[in-house]
Amino acid sequence: MAISFDKALGDFPSHLSLYGERSSLLAANIANADTPGFKARDIDFRSVLAKAGGEKMVMKTTHADHLGGSSAVSSPDFMYRIPTQPSVDGNTVDTQVEQAEFAQNAVRYQSTLTFLNSKFRGLRLAIKGNS
Amino acid sequence: MSLFNVFDIAGSAMSAESVRLNVTSSNLANAQSAGGSETDTYRARHPVFSAVMHSLKADASSVGVRVDGIVESQTPMEKQYQPNHPLASEEGYIFLPNVNMVDEMANMISASRSYQSNVEVLNTSKQMMLATLRMGQ
Repeated sequence: MAISFDKALGDFPSHLSLYGERSSLLAANIANADTPGFKARDIDFRSVLAKAGGEKMVMKTTHADHLGGSSAVSSPDFMYRIPTQPSVDGNTVDTQVEQAEFAQNAVRYQSTLTFLNSKFRGLRLAIKGNS
Repeated sequence: MSLFNVFDIAGSAMSAESVRLNVTSSNLANAQSAGGSETDTYRARHPVFSAVMHSLKADASSVGVRVDGIVESQTPMEKQYQPNHPLASEEGYIFLPNVNMVDEMANMISASRSYQSNVEVLNTSKQMMLATLRMGQ
């Protein structure tokens, strides 16, 4: 009987990488707030998570002893944001919206980390016993 | 790891915004630098930003900012009749730079606000990374 990190940690690691990806996307939006013609982009979380729930991407194995290595989340699709106040130079970044999304994303990242930490605590308790 | 990209992106934006602040301060400083002809007189400068893809992939999430160049404003200059000015032309005119103070002040505020939001992004990402490093402890 072996401890499988994949089973023990659930979907949290893939959520973490998705939030990380999204934070760099939102950072790019904020960075380009003054670039003419730049179009703000974001990830549609619902569709990515729905896709992750349905099919799982598994690494190809060529030998029976190879590990499968599953990644629950396939590479997300980037969508262009629908601007509420497009500017004259073709830029669709709304800095306030992006900042709010970025803060929200950071909190989600932290909460996922908290969940992961409690998973690890549980594993450690299982390994050590009640000592 | 995509969180590392945030540092590159926000860093490029911060350097671009500081170039913009530099240009604005140069414009404000030279707002009264008169000259004897249109070619000799200081012209207002403006930076041109463009998005730069760090990766070759078209769907890359890391898009930094680059300052493509500095362009000189082509709006006509103010001509003043001051025959006693040491730089005055034959006809007694001096030329004042085409710096629009209101434009420059607005530009300055916008640049400093953008800089601040990028610093905020950088700090938040740093905290996220440090929390990730402490995972499982």
